[in-house]
Amino acid sequence: MATTTADVLHAPAASQTGLWSWITTVDHKRIGALYGITAFIFFIIGGLEATMIRIQLMKPENTFVSPDVFNQLFTMHGTTMIFLAVMPLSASFFNFLIPLMIGARDVAFPRLNAFSYWVFLLGGIFINLSFFMGGAPDTGWFGYSNLTSKAFSPGVGVDFWAVGLQILGLASLAAAFNFIVTIINMRAPGMKLMRMPVFVWMTLVTSFLIILAFPVITVALVFLLFDRYTGTNFYVPSGGADPLLWQHLFWLFGHPEVYILILPAMGIISEVLPTFSRKPLFGYAVVVYSGIFIGFMGWGVWSHHMFSVGLGPLADSFFAITTMLIAIPTGVKIFNWLATIWGGQVRLTSAMLFAVGFIGMFTMGGLSGFMHASPPADLQQTDTYFVVAHIHYVLFGGAIMGIFAGIYYWFPKMTGRFLGEGLGKWHFWLMILGMNVTFFPMHFVGLLGMPRRIYTYPPNMGFDWMNMLSTIGVFVIIASILIFIWNLLSSVRNGKVAGADPWGAPTLEWSIPSPPPPHNFGSLPEVHTLDPLWHKDNEKLRQDVNRITGPIHMPPNSYWPVVAALGVTMLMSGMVFGWAVGIPGLLLAFVGIYSWAFEPC
Amino acid sequence: MAVATAHVEDAHHTSTGLNSRKMVFWAFLGSECMFFGSLIATYLVYRGRDTVGPHPHEILNIPFTSGSAFVLLMSSLTMVLALAAVQQGKQGGARIWLAATALLGMTFIAGQVYEFTEFFHHGLALQTNLFGASFFVLTGFHGTHVTVGVIWLWSLWSMAMRNKLPASRALDVEIAGLYWHFVDVVWIAIFTLVYLIQ
Repeated sequence: MATTTADVLHAPAASQTGLWSWITTVDHKRIGALYGITAFIFFIIGGLEATMIRIQLMKPENTFVSPDVFNQLFTMHGTTMIFLAVMPLSASFFNFLIPLMIGARDVAFPRLNAFSYWVFLLGGIFINLSFFMGGAPDTGWFGYSNLTSKAFSPGVGVDFWAVGLQILGLASLAAAFNFIVTIINMRAPGMKLMRMPVFVWMTLVTSFLIILAFPVITVALVFLLFDRYTGTNFYVPSGGADPLLWQHLFWLFGHPEVYILILPAMGIISEVLPTFSRKPLFGYAVVVYSGIFIGFMGWGVWSHHMFSVGLGPLADSFFAITTMLIAIPTGVKIFNWLATIWGGQVRLTSAMLFAVGFIGMFTMGGLSGFMHASPPADLQQTDTYFVVAHIHYVLFGGAIMGIFAGIYYWFPKMTGRFLGEGLGKWHFWLMILGMNVTFFPMHFVGLLGMPRRIYTYPPNMGFDWMNMLSTIGVFVIIASILIFIWNLLSSVRNGKVAGADPWGAPTLEWSIPSPPPPHNFGSLPEVHTLDPLWHKDNEKLRQDVNRITGPIHMPPNSYWPVVAALGVTMLMSGMVFGWAVGIPGLLLAFVGIYSWAFEPC
Repeated sequence: MAVATAHVEDAHHTSTGLNSRKMVFWAFLGSECMFFGSLIATYLVYRGRDTVGPHPHEILNIPFTSGSAFVLLMSSLTMVLALAAVQQGKQGGARIWLAATALLGMTFIAGQVYEFTEFFHHGLALQTNLFGASFFVLTGFHGTHVTVGVIWLWSLWSMAMRNKLPASRALDVEIAGLYWHFVDVVWIAIFTLVYLIQ
């Protein structure tokens, strides 16, 4: 590697350490790490909630938790896993990887990026405070009206939930705006749209889904908050309102949200599979177009979550057809991934195992999803454990497996060290075993009629032993996660040292040292192909990008994003905590945003 | 959000040649379309479902609101003139037209406050019926957007007063203008769908 003296660097020194440097950082790699660590902690919390649910359901008429606590657990499990674990884990990859993959020094708006992280962290803490302040939300992660009305949910749980989702939505929106502009506008010379790695494409589609879907739930939650705080009738049937308004608005957001959760994982495995098969992705353009098509179609299927409300044969048929249609681009992707592996020089590393695991598990989730695309079948399955099995194959077997594939794959880039491969394989095999033992019986439990979200069940219904099996499976998953945590902690310090390009991968992030310097690229790469590091000119590219040819201007650290994030969060949480928090929050937000706007960068 | 994205290097070379701040602002406006779209759709879905009055035709004052709609549309004209003045480096013109835009915006807000008070005295509150709830929340959010725009315009005006708004910073005004025109366009949609087509 060509290196040049650092005195031409105008960048913040690489040696910046200490808490303050992390609080004020605007470096996308550090923000990515913060996102990852925070989201993983929330993933553990959400997992513990799931464990308590499973212990309660281990045997009939169990009394491990009260019905009331059970409601809080499944609500917070869903909310936490979706908004505080999977989305921010994806955001962690967006942050760390997007500038590296497109050959940029940072995102388009580095301070906005820091702002979105701090809002996410504070929002996550806020929503979890509800456990200690009068009870967590207990109306399900979908919060159907009019169960959420003041009459049926008089406690503060729903307020925490509604305000918390608004805060988290702000964080997601800020990040999505940033990544749209970064991807469209910050690409290295020669990197046309159709030369972008698939992960970048999926990030772009996801970001568009976020900026168009989140305003809809924002409005739905605004109505809910008005109903609860001012006594309006948006969701109150006695005033002529239609409670289905909530369901339409929620699922109009909620279905694109499903793709917000899964598209990033699809992007991750589209990077992992080619590297470990030593073959370019099969049908790159088709995979990209399928992702875009899924993004569009995701807006036309929301009522398949509502077949059981009786929308009439016309609406049911329409949404059944669109839902079946969306299986086509998804299936296309699965076959493209399989064709990528086919005939390749396959290396079964931990990352590759997780990516292959994704294909298998996600396909199973897709098949059960396709089953409830049919309204008559859905009527049998809705609100049973069959649907729980489906979403966990898609989101655990899909999104989480994909995310772990990404962690094993890019950990060397992030830290300069490998995660242990032996422990990684234990992690993978225990996790895939555990998830199947946990979730596969739920298909049958559901078809036998066990309703979801009910705290217990009577004995001798034919599914006692299957529930016990599911609970045992959870502990296998826990074992696999413990192995992963041990692997993580030991590898950060003592892992095998990885070079710039330990896997022999094709994309730009592997052309620079691991971990990358603060400015990423000494000079911006020139891209002529889809897989630049597999091209015959790759040696020249690797040298050029690490040669510093001129002054590099990096954005300085700033504490205004933290101040603004704290202000905005306090302002919004004032809806629950009162004026004493809201008014200082308003002032802090004003000071933060104005100082930010006039701060030189 | 909008202010928050301000001030990233203009000098950056970009892939598309378009300025990043302008691009993020267009994306933001796209997001806002979904926001107001959901509010307007709710208003339309709930139209005519009220069990108690007052109903829209009994209370909406089209001549008065036409006046305030005219005021808001005129503020788009002054916004265009303000941007032109800044782009040409005319500090005096920038001060006058920014102040005029902000004052027209404040006139609109005053009109809305009067209108809301009037409706309240005629028995329409947030809690009265679905019309009250969906009308006040929709127009209230629009009014909030105008208010944010007014604060933004006065901030730019105070920069102009200190000669800190040279032609090189015209983009700051242009983005504020995008926001302002968007808020106007939303009002045209609201005025048409809520007031004119009852």
